[in-house]
Amino acid sequence: MGFGLAALTKISSSQFIDKMGLRKPFEKAVTTSVKHGFRAAGAASRGFTPTKKLDKPARLAPAQDTGLFDLEPTEEQQMIVETVRDFAAEQLRPAAHDADAKLETPDGLLSRAAELGIGAFGIPEELGGFGTERSVTTNVLVAEALAHGDMGLAVAVLAPSAVSTALAQWGDADQQATYLPEFAGENVPAAALAIAEQQALFDPFKPATTAKRTPKGYQLDGVKALVPRASAAELFLVSANLEGRGPALFIVESSTSGVSVESDPAMGLRGASTGKLHLNKVNVGAGALLGGGNGEVFAEVVRLSRLGWCALAAGTGKAVLDYVIPYVNERVAFGEPISHRQGVAFMVSDIAIELEGIRLLTLKAAARAEQGKPYAREVALARKLATDKGMWIGSAGVQLLGGHGFTKEHPVERWYRDLRAVGVMEGAVLA
Amino acid sequence: MINLEVPAKAKPLINQAYQAASEVFRPISRKYDRAEHAYPKELDTFAALVDGLNESGEGGAGASGVRRDENGNGGGNVNGANLRTVLGTIEMCWGDVALLLSMPRQGLGNAAIASVANDEQLERFKGTWSAMAITEPEFGSDSAAVSTTAELDGDEYVLNGEKIFVTAGERADSVVVWATLDKSVGRAAIKSFVVEKSRPGITVERLEHKLGIKASDTAVIRLDNCRVPKENLLGSPEIDTKKGFAGVMETFDNTRPLVAAMAVGLARAALEETARILSEAGIDVDYDKPANSQHAAAATYLQLEADYEAAHMLTLAAAWMADNRKPNSVEASMSKAKAGRSVVDITLKCVELCGTLGYSEDSLLEKWSRDSKILDIFEGTQQIQQLIVARRLLGKSSSELK
Repeated sequence: MGFGLAALTKISSSQFIDKMGLRKPFEKAVTTSVKHGFRAAGAASRGFTPTKKLDKPARLAPAQDTGLFDLEPTEEQQMIVETVRDFAAEQLRPAAHDADAKLETPDGLLSRAAELGIGAFGIPEELGGFGTERSVTTNVLVAEALAHGDMGLAVAVLAPSAVSTALAQWGDADQQATYLPEFAGENVPAAALAIAEQQALFDPFKPATTAKRTPKGYQLDGVKALVPRASAAELFLVSANLEGRGPALFIVESSTSGVSVESDPAMGLRGASTGKLHLNKVNVGAGALLGGGNGEVFAEVVRLSRLGWCALAAGTGKAVLDYVIPYVNERVAFGEPISHRQGVAFMVSDIAIELEGIRLLTLKAAARAEQGKPYAREVALARKLATDKGMWIGSAGVQLLGGHGFTKEHPVERWYRDLRAVGVMEGAVLA
Repeated sequence: MINLEVPAKAKPLINQAYQAASEVFRPISRKYDRAEHAYPKELDTFAALVDGLNESGEGGAGASGVRRDENGNGGGNVNGANLRTVLGTIEMCWGDVALLLSMPRQGLGNAAIASVANDEQLERFKGTWSAMAITEPEFGSDSAAVSTTAELDGDEYVLNGEKIFVTAGERADSVVVWATLDKSVGRAAIKSFVVEKSRPGITVERLEHKLGIKASDTAVIRLDNCRVPKENLLGSPEIDTKKGFAGVMETFDNTRPLVAAMAVGLARAALEETARILSEAGIDVDYDKPANSQHAAAATYLQLEADYEAAHMLTLAAAWMADNRKPNSVEASMSKAKAGRSVVDITLKCVELCGTLGYSEDSLLEKWSRDSKILDIFEGTQQIQQLIVARRLLGKSSSELK
């Protein structure tokens, strides 16, 4: 959206349209195009160049396996979560309503998130980050805490780290040296992991977007849907079907010829200014392929992305629970608080019970992932629960507020819309 | 350091319990489902092995393992007796819930003794097989409505009343009976007493015929001027209206995760069997492929397995909290609520997925669907668990949120 508006300013300042008497119709067209999708070139990307030479890629070590069942986060994780929770309460929640209405991430929010270093603990120390070992659990806890503020804005904040985490984990030495130091710096580039496509029964392992081999690299064609902050993004990690090899991920800079973006407003996640990414004969070099096109790398990206959505569901689910408890205690009907009725009270119990289930399954998968254990099953189960029960929690939240829940006076209707994204979305975030 | 895997050091115990479940319980599972009220004599030798496990401090499978260890370990993360007992129970109930409930010396009364007995009582009642008697003909969930009376007469209490739904009531050596010292005082006057079956005045009136868990006997017990030494009262004999019910209710924080564990084990049995049957029919679940792009049976299976896993993790979490001496009333009730309703849903859906193959007595799936229902009822129904969770979350008393 940011760049879309910048491009509009350029066109509208041109004397050409004034001369031609096109000012009025053009202004009208702008209003409509912002609402319904205006196609513009991708954002101008900074010149990504390697700042130093790496002999080999920097990798984060797997987390240790203590062999003990434990629900207690480490002291470091507790400190991080506390900080992020405050950030979400002070910066995300108050901005959420307007961001949703305006389809944009507020100015300054992302730089404040970057100052906090959200994302930097997934980048190895050698490349300027704080990371020493895999931190899937920390990522989950951070996503959950952010989504307690607002899911759409959480997605906007987390979008760049989806790309940087993937590069840290699977990028080769050149890819890491070229891109990662920028993500560890103060001016974190907007970036997006683009996997979803607009298609019923979409299977991320069978993208319609194609990658053809060319003498110098690959040529990409296709359209990606619901890409967070697509028009501002300088870098995309895009899934495409690599002829003969199946799904793979490609690094695409936004200023590459053939890249264009279009706003793609949806039911929810509106604070993340979602857009469509069009790839029309986009030529990238041989070095753009992530993880050598390894199928297992692709599967891990899909799984960790789904896990990120589970964490967001847990955070937004908790927001619903924390909101309805005081409401049903204060709302009086038939002479007493409505929480004195089992029909109301049991819904609150069920929100808490199902929410705890979502949370525990998400954490279980996260711990397995960072320890290097198989976790496909655990992600699938967490996602199923987060999809079904997360949506139920969103619906129960509105129901408990009755007609008031249906209005924008309360955030529950937004949470209802946001929670529907879980189970629909692929990509965008990464745990 | 967050980690939700079964602790490495519990693996030998789990393996032993699994072997026992598959080699002792499963082969006689159908036999005692058909022969309701017949004593499963095969369990006697096996029970001795479980005693050995519990005495070695390993905990294991059965209700007597739930005592909260008073010895600290220096403040670190504890994976102790509660977690081990839950893990063992899951394996055993993968074998057969009713047979676990029939295990000598592993009754719910044993859990009550383990939870609230003092050291002298613990020693004196060592080796007893103890059933639990709370419910009466006139009340079920409302356990404050106890009408069985206990009157102090010299050094003895004299008990009078009728108890129903006493699991293992006929086979056990003793029964932990809930009785009131003074009906006018309400909850605070309710105490539990260990009543040995050998005492005059305690009789088994009859056994119930049930929907499921038929291998487990469910007795009606009459107490007619039955006298027990006053040292058989568990906990404090004082009527403390402030602390009220807390003493006897403490047991539930420890036994609810156990019943949840039974549900988890049974649910896993049904899911494994269904996966096998579906696989023979050419349907395998793919964890990476979107559920809606798979066969409807596979998508349903994924949903059931997700509920199972949630119940499983809630149960381990509640037991872990007990091990680490964190208050867990809410978590215990959450685990029981989720596991109770999920196991009913899962077992019934598994029968549906497997069709007549699942519905026929040729398969254990139909038996498991009958056994499962009690797990959403005893040790507090679904609705009671929801009340407990809601009251705590909403900060409501039992007179406000009824």
